[in-house]
Amino acid sequence: MSETEAKENDSMINEAYLSIAPETTEWKLPSARKVAIICLVLTETGLFSIFVAGYVFYIGKSLTGPTPRQVLDLPVLATIFLLSSSVTIVLAERAFNRDRVGLFKFFWFATIVLAGLFLTMTAVEWRKLIYHDGLTISTNLFGTTFYSLVGLHATHVVVGMCLLLLVFVFSLGGFVTIMHRERLQMISWYWHFVDAVWIVVFTVVYVIGR
Amino acid sequence: MATQEIALPAVREPSASLMERLHGLVITVDHKKLGLMYIGTALGFLVVAGLMAVGIRLQLAVPVNKLLEPDVFNRFFTMHGTSMVFLVGMPIIAGLGNYLVPLMIGTRDMAFPRLNAFGYWMFLFGGLLLYFSYLGAPGLAGHGSAPDVGWFAYAPLTARAFSRGTSTDYWILSLLLTSVGSTVSAINVIATTIALRCPGMKLMRMPLLVWLMLVTNFMILLALPGLSGAQIMLLIDRYPGGHFFDTQAGGSAVIWQHFFWIFGHPEVYILMIPAFACLSEIIPVFSRKPIFGYPIMVGATAMIGLISVSVWAHHMFSVGMTSVGNTFFAISTFLVAIPTGIKIFNWLGTMYGGRIRFELPMLFCIAFLFQFLIAGLTGVMLAVVPFNWQLTDSYFVVAHFHYTLVGAFLFGIFAGFYYWYPKAVGRFLDPRLGLWHFWLFVIGFHLTFDTLHFAGFLGMPRRIFTYDAGRGWDTLNFIATVGALCQATAILVLAINIVRSAKKGRLAGNDPWDAWTLEWSTNSPPPDYNFATMPTVRSRRPLWDLKHPEDPDWKYE
Repeated sequence: MSETEAKENDSMINEAYLSIAPETTEWKLPSARKVAIICLVLTETGLFSIFVAGYVFYIGKSLTGPTPRQVLDLPVLATIFLLSSSVTIVLAERAFNRDRVGLFKFFWFATIVLAGLFLTMTAVEWRKLIYHDGLTISTNLFGTTFYSLVGLHATHVVVGMCLLLLVFVFSLGGFVTIMHRERLQMISWYWHFVDAVWIVVFTVVYVIGR
Repeated sequence: MATQEIALPAVREPSASLMERLHGLVITVDHKKLGLMYIGTALGFLVVAGLMAVGIRLQLAVPVNKLLEPDVFNRFFTMHGTSMVFLVGMPIIAGLGNYLVPLMIGTRDMAFPRLNAFGYWMFLFGGLLLYFSYLGAPGLAGHGSAPDVGWFAYAPLTARAFSRGTSTDYWILSLLLTSVGSTVSAINVIATTIALRCPGMKLMRMPLLVWLMLVTNFMILLALPGLSGAQIMLLIDRYPGGHFFDTQAGGSAVIWQHFFWIFGHPEVYILMIPAFACLSEIIPVFSRKPIFGYPIMVGATAMIGLISVSVWAHHMFSVGMTSVGNTFFAISTFLVAIPTGIKIFNWLGTMYGGRIRFELPMLFCIAFLFQFLIAGLTGVMLAVVPFNWQLTDSYFVVAHFHYTLVGAFLFGIFAGFYYWYPKAVGRFLDPRLGLWHFWLFVIGFHLTFDTLHFAGFLGMPRRIFTYDAGRGWDTLNFIATVGALCQATAILVLAINIVRSAKKGRLAGNDPWDAWTLEWSTNSPPPDYNFATMPTVRSRRPLWDLKHPEDPDWKYE
């Protein structure tokens, strides 16, 4: 293509869009935030799958004790705390959407408290396992896989709690407004994911693994 | 018409000092700048890792050579492999995706520009951390040097007892950082593609490059956690004293291989699909025909993505799996040949009956087709379990995967460089230097990797630092080294060309190749806002519709 031809071509294209008749149908696309959080959940699922696979593969392969049956108790209370936090965050969201700020703060704070209680129960359990039963991450395969998987989940709870606290502190200052609605929704989606993972961890570690 | 050009001038400050420009790079969140930074950094690592390959080849040029010490050799092949995959391949993908996807779908930036910048800096510092091991491991820990356990870091080589010092930790931590970068970049590209398309850009109207980038980035999301998870387990083994891969406590060294290849095999396709993407854009434009079988191409790509997650253990036939396992993974590997074959036929179908212009991008594409075919055929050979038992860990395998990663991936990416350089810089890459680059690289590539197949047949194992004379490998190895030097010269020519043409190249104009996708409708280089007016599209080839209002595509699609 010669230089002048190229220039003509350019100017034609620069004026271009006017000449395409737009279609009459409406143009709607999903929200980028929602797509991103779904992608994040997808890749996190991959990460947990590897750790769950490792746990399942090593069930009963420890050469020394203690075994899961000897030391693990069903963490019923912790599970109730964590799962009910999924309910309170939904209630908080609902209150937020109806513009009831006080109620929103109450339920949001309740979610944080429930998450904190869950982590406390985990801490109590680990303390018992370490000091009473002598099970550490280096004791046997069970210890290695148990602390890794449960610890990975607890890490996600801590991250979620940081997000929740951040929102709570901002809401105390009155900075959380209706324009943050979708962001709150994303935090709640992440929180539901963390809870769903706990159901898997609970089943694998405390039911099947025992 | 030429006089009343209303081209919007790109915003440039000619007086900006070097410091100001560097500062501009550090604070930028622009997808085009970040894309070019990704690619530029990747080319830097390509040169470093390429020089290591030259070192390896020089050491192997003659029998009983004493150029490199054995431990230096081990570090070289580890760093070469790790860098080429994580610091060259992955960032080039991220760079192409960043630069091209928003332009092709007609939007002004990525969905999350700051996250985009974060991804780049994670990658850069991850890469620097990996290379810092040369100083940091002996300097700070007083033990070891760069990683020397191979890019796959098989257990139990990586256990603390066998890998003293911190070299393996540098390998783990730097790759964890780059993986975070790759993950957020993948999330960003997917969100951009799904949520920011310009009006009328339905999914089945997207340029094939965008489709293929979408699939690749989904695969990154699914595959990378396999590696990251395994690396976290390895860290737990090395520091708090876990037993994941510790056979003395009942752990399994084989499960590391499973975890690694669950990531490692999809990774091969993660790298290959963007090369396919470049071909799918370039071949139609230089054949003057729309792509043959667009929906089939999309479907075949998705199929490659799906099948590739179920083939990983074909890297492990020699560890002694059950025959059911061997059969399953052999069959699933054969299956991948179907969608890749479909792709090759579709590219050929596009070229068939077209008015082919043998410009540089097209030359690289044609070389790709031949080389990728051979790479695929040796791949099918290696999927035959007894054949694999005979040749695993030999130079045949080395030759096979370099055929895919150099002969196909790199050729596809180079085609992309020659094709989009005029868009990114506003000037053509010099075609004479380009031809030198092409022929030197083709000849060097075949000298090196064709001969290495035969060295493999004659029993030369991988990863040895030297060999005795008289085993029939001498001549082959010498030819391979000559080829490696040829390729190094070709890369030097490319580097000179890239730098020189940025100032002196022929001006390109907005649409130098008479192409059909949206990126060619804006200035070269595109302004910060990409498009002055948001485009609207009605077909897969919006610029064709513009240039041919009497016969637009949307009447037939």
